[in-house]
Amino acid sequence: MTEPGTPPGWFDPSAFEGILGKLGHGGHLGMRYRAHGVGWVEMELPYSERLIGDVDSGVIASGPIISLMDNATSLSVWTAIGEFRPQVTLDLRVDYMRPATPGKSVIGRGECYKVTRSMAFVRGIAHDGDPDDPVAHVAGTFIRVDNFLG
Amino acid sequence: MSTDPDMNAILGFMPPFAETMGITVDHLHNGLPVMAFDYGPQVMGRPGFLHGGAMSGLMEIAAIAALRVTVAADEPAVRIKPVNITINFMRGGREARTYALGEVTRIGRRVANVEAKAWQDDPAKPIATIFMNFLLSSPKPA
Repeated sequence: MTEPGTPPGWFDPSAFEGILGKLGHGGHLGMRYRAHGVGWVEMELPYSERLIGDVDSGVIASGPIISLMDNATSLSVWTAIGEFRPQVTLDLRVDYMRPATPGKSVIGRGECYKVTRSMAFVRGIAHDGDPDDPVAHVAGTFIRVDNFLG
Repeated sequence: MSTDPDMNAILGFMPPFAETMGITVDHLHNGLPVMAFDYGPQVMGRPGFLHGGAMSGLMEIAAIAALRVTVAADEPAVRIKPVNITINFMRGGREARTYALGEVTRIGRRVANVEAKAWQDDPAKPIATIFMNFLLSSPKPA
């Protein structure tokens, strides 16, 4: 859903899902668009046995959470500036607060809090139902590139 | 390629996620496993390039494997829990096989510091590196 007040015609991450969601790494993991507004995007990663990192507990691996947050924060840059701008991830830090609950979807909320000519600064959380009890916190930066497909 | 049964047992941890990503042990380097996956839609980000999350997942598994191999040599029962990870992306990953190797920088009583790097053609030209901190805990006495 689009946040009320979002100017029409602005960058819409939900339209991205049809392309990237099915073709690439995100689609392979089952990732999907959930919601967005200006400067933020939520993506969702449904629980799947294919993502398990610890067989004894059924907890998913942390790799898919990095991917979820990379995508959510990356998209949030474009909803912050209102258009697509070619960029790549420069760095990303993820703090793991607790294991994600087996059987529950993980929701990744990415926020872009500052954009400069070359850089975009992002942060976000991953949770499995209660944003006040996060699974992970992230912080990262994206750098603008001239040629996205170079 | 080692046929050491202990090594095989340690590598038996490869979880379903590793299989989902096509991650396998390519070979051993100084006793530590070099992990790898082939390029394909499952690791693609922007068209023609590796997804940063896919690289990170590969390096994280390489880091965990390196730590498990190193810890198992001394105290096989110790449990390891990842606390955080910092990833630096240096080059775009292209449509090629990707490798990752972990290295344990330090093992303390409670914390282990582990690094890993990923590369494609040349190990001297990493496409990304990670730093991870792990909490170590001994099993509770019976």
